[in-house]
Amino acid sequence: MNEYALGQGLWEMGFAAAVPFTLVALSAMAVLLADLWLLPSQKRALPWAALAGVLLSAASVAFLWNEEATGFGGAIRLDRFSAFFAMVFLLGTGLVVLLSSAYARREGVERGEYYALLLFGTSGAMLMASAVELVTFFLGLEILSVSLYVLSGFFRQRPASAEAAAKYFILGAFASAFLLYGIALFYGASGSTTYAALRESFGSAAFPYSHGLLALAASGLLLIGLAFKLGAVPFHMWVPDTYEGAPTTITAYMSVVSKAAAAAAFIRVFGASLSSLQQDTSAVLWVLAVVTMTLGNVVAIAQTNIKRMLAYSSIAHAGYLLVALTAAGEAGYSSVLFYVLAYVFMTLGAFGVVSLVRKGEGGADAGAEALDISHYSGLAGRHGLLAAAMAVFMVSLSGIPPTAGFFAKFYVFSAAVRAGEVGLAIIGVLNSLVSVYFYMRIVFLMYMKEETVPVRGSRSRAGWVALAACVLGTLLLGVLPSSFARLATESIASIF
Amino acid sequence: MNGFPLVSVVTFLPLAGAAVIAFVGSDRLRAIRSVALVAALADFLLSVPLLTRFTGSSAGMQFVEKVPWVGAIGASYHVGVDGISLFLVLLTTFLTVLSVAASWYSIASRVKGFMMAMLLLETGMIGVFVSLDLLLFYVFWEAMLIPMYLIIGMWGGPRRVYAAVKFIIYTLAGSLLMLVGILVLYFMHHGATGEYTFDLLRLYGTAIPRGVELWLFLAFFISFAIKVPMFPFHTWLPDAHVEAPTAGSVLLAGVLLKMGTYGVLRFCFPLFPAASVAAAPVVSVLAVVGIIYGALVAFAQKDVKRLVAYSSVSHLGLVMLGLFAFNAQGLEGGILQMVNHGISTGALFLIVGMLYERRHSRMMEDFGGLWKTMPVFAGLFMVVTLSSIALPGLNGFAGEFLVLVGVFLKSVPFAAFAALGMILSAVYMLWMFQQVMFVEPRKRDAPALADVTAREKWILIPIVILVFWIGIWPGFFLSRMHASVDAVLARVWSAGLAGEVARDAGGRGGAAAPDVLQAVSTEAAPDSASAGMTPDVGE
Repeated sequence: MNEYALGQGLWEMGFAAAVPFTLVALSAMAVLLADLWLLPSQKRALPWAALAGVLLSAASVAFLWNEEATGFGGAIRLDRFSAFFAMVFLLGTGLVVLLSSAYARREGVERGEYYALLLFGTSGAMLMASAVELVTFFLGLEILSVSLYVLSGFFRQRPASAEAAAKYFILGAFASAFLLYGIALFYGASGSTTYAALRESFGSAAFPYSHGLLALAASGLLLIGLAFKLGAVPFHMWVPDTYEGAPTTITAYMSVVSKAAAAAAFIRVFGASLSSLQQDTSAVLWVLAVVTMTLGNVVAIAQTNIKRMLAYSSIAHAGYLLVALTAAGEAGYSSVLFYVLAYVFMTLGAFGVVSLVRKGEGGADAGAEALDISHYSGLAGRHGLLAAAMAVFMVSLSGIPPTAGFFAKFYVFSAAVRAGEVGLAIIGVLNSLVSVYFYMRIVFLMYMKEETVPVRGSRSRAGWVALAACVLGTLLLGVLPSSFARLATESIASIF
Repeated sequence: MNGFPLVSVVTFLPLAGAAVIAFVGSDRLRAIRSVALVAALADFLLSVPLLTRFTGSSAGMQFVEKVPWVGAIGASYHVGVDGISLFLVLLTTFLTVLSVAASWYSIASRVKGFMMAMLLLETGMIGVFVSLDLLLFYVFWEAMLIPMYLIIGMWGGPRRVYAAVKFIIYTLAGSLLMLVGILVLYFMHHGATGEYTFDLLRLYGTAIPRGVELWLFLAFFISFAIKVPMFPFHTWLPDAHVEAPTAGSVLLAGVLLKMGTYGVLRFCFPLFPAASVAAAPVVSVLAVVGIIYGALVAFAQKDVKRLVAYSSVSHLGLVMLGLFAFNAQGLEGGILQMVNHGISTGALFLIVGMLYERRHSRMMEDFGGLWKTMPVFAGLFMVVTLSSIALPGLNGFAGEFLVLVGVFLKSVPFAAFAALGMILSAVYMLWMFQQVMFVEPRKRDAPALADVTAREKWILIPIVILVFWIGIWPGFFLSRMHASVDAVLARVWSAGLAGEVARDAGGRGGAAAPDVLQAVSTEAAPDSASAGMTPDVGE
């Protein structure tokens, strides 16, 4: 068999579908190996190696952009949908790597494992988005989760970090168990674990009633598992502690990649395969959306730690995503995709600023992270650019135009109104109003208060590049959302 | 000027100016101020052709530009001006120049940020007035809040943060509900016609069930009522006004409040005509309450700036009353009064700012007897005060008289209350003028204040010219409004309510009703017919 035929054979087996995340996983291993050979003084090369892996994988996704393939016995699928999410994950990972390059060194966690685990996590997320079979999806979820358990406890010396990891792990394990039980029930009801089989079994109106009950129970369990990953109320207990204790760059990664991956899996399972159950799920989702938005926004007001505030804000944003998922339909799901993309820029940007702001000279703990929101007082006077960037992200997170956050919410609420959920849209906009209060408080502190604790911004060039990219992305999506929205619609169309 | 995107240039030139300032070092104050002034001035000069090339006889949008923006959902970058928005755009560019000039020295800290915020605000304000696409309008409407929030919060008085937060939360509360309203309207239009569009002119024709229409009207109207602000949504205004720096107050009173009344005229009336007519009695009562209440509270103030702020509540109540009279006099008077209020109240805030710069106080008791040492200032102040209380021959009279005529045609009791409000406004304004300028100074040891500087003189003189221009020749302005106003009225009337309104107006023997009905029946608004409807004040 010559090489060409081998390639041809692999292609026909759908190997193409595995290329993007395999490349990320391989780069992870390369980073691990490189870590063994590099001298301590050369460890600075690690983030660039990881970034190279991300870019390589992104190039492969771009190359396969118009391809469609199903591989490994119908376990994974490459389509516009998985390509879109792969790009989102890779974008998020790339930005996190850039932000980490200075942060990890300063915090003394610059080791090969850090970047390798980031890349492994990303490969897991990509697997989740491209899986069309429940066990494969679970595999992806676990790869992502295990990486995150370790990463959130990466400050081994700090109790808060250990607490973050322990809480995340224990509750995450619970959630995985629910999920797995749901998968088992699906298997029992339909005799298969592929999404296609699910659609066939439950898609026709004529499936036996007992199977219908099984499917409902299975959906409920699966929903719990995904809601945990999304950080939706009442499965959100881990979010504030984990977000606060984990290294800031990892928090950023978690809030973006993990949430997006859960949303992707949700759309594939519930949107594309179990749409016949939509009436039952949407009632549950409606309630989840309302309590998630409301609790997230209201509790965020009371926070004094900026990471905790952003944690509750991320719960609230999970609520907006749930509004879109409740609305369902192509409009609802494509608004999820747009939201996720906007969310990458604005949330990573906000956490990025947090990771760059440090306590200044004079205090006992100079150079430590400045995490209290009072540290942001007067930031505009000393670090105009940093403050301006943060202001853009805060405006965007509160959904005020002309920023990405506005159109993200606009698409979500317009999907809700289109689906006839005007009440949900009204609750959503009122929640946005609440959120303005605590996001604008950061702007107010930065611009309208005098400095209380001296702080300084890191001069990390890589970090600044990442921030600039986030600002540009936030504004671009806010002024010219058209082509990105079209991308989202096409991606959704590819799975229906 | 075919093909030249005049409206877009006027809208975005300030933004470009702000971008230029971003690259000027923050310690080069003179350069920053000059760039801001040049940008504002250039923008004003560019906006003048909008007036000179405007065709007054046409009701349609002029200088229209339309390109797809978010094509998939039917949103386009669609801008243009008509007889309603034309003068508000000019007012915006005019007042921004004066505001920048007035902030020349009074803003001494973080000048760069201030001037950028002013120019960004200008782009947002003009954008609101020229947008003909609901989504575009909404983007400008909200985007403009951020610079205003910063202007109040960063350069304001002692309670600036409270005022800034109150301002942004109040306004957003209304506008977010309007967003849901916009979406519902958008999908209803799609349901009726199968077309997805945010184009205002296309949405005008949407048939909406009566029950839904009232809710949509409320979603839009409350947002505008907060901005105006109408009683009982007015509580953010005194705080915002008092704490804002002079330039912020000028633009807040001069332009931002007009967005509310403009919104009612541009969106509520044509989109929800039946609901607008149905709501008119309630709105009129609230407007009257606002007129009287604002006037009484203004009379009780010791702080000149607070007095002017409450007078805005009263004056804008009158504008709303005129608009909801649904006749040509009321509407045209309302629009003219929007412009007048922008000029007079803007000038009053500028004057208060000049006083504050001299004595660092705004309390009436700290002044008195200023006419001796500041004769030129006294004269200018006097003209502005008289313009605000509608002395015949000055701009306020032209607007308020038309509003009164319009309201009178609709309802005599409402007209009586409106007239009472005008009398009260004369009382508190003249009392304030007396306290500040004439009475014996209560603080004898206070040093005499210097008269206006050349810069201040050149800020106030253009205003005085306008005050006389509008007062003596209102026809110049009104003639450019007729066609557009008639188009709005025609839409309200053709909504199957002609009978209801005709009974109202006809019973009073109003001359307007037949004319408007005629305009409806012929679909076009003949300039001669509509010109005859309006008594040409002072011409």
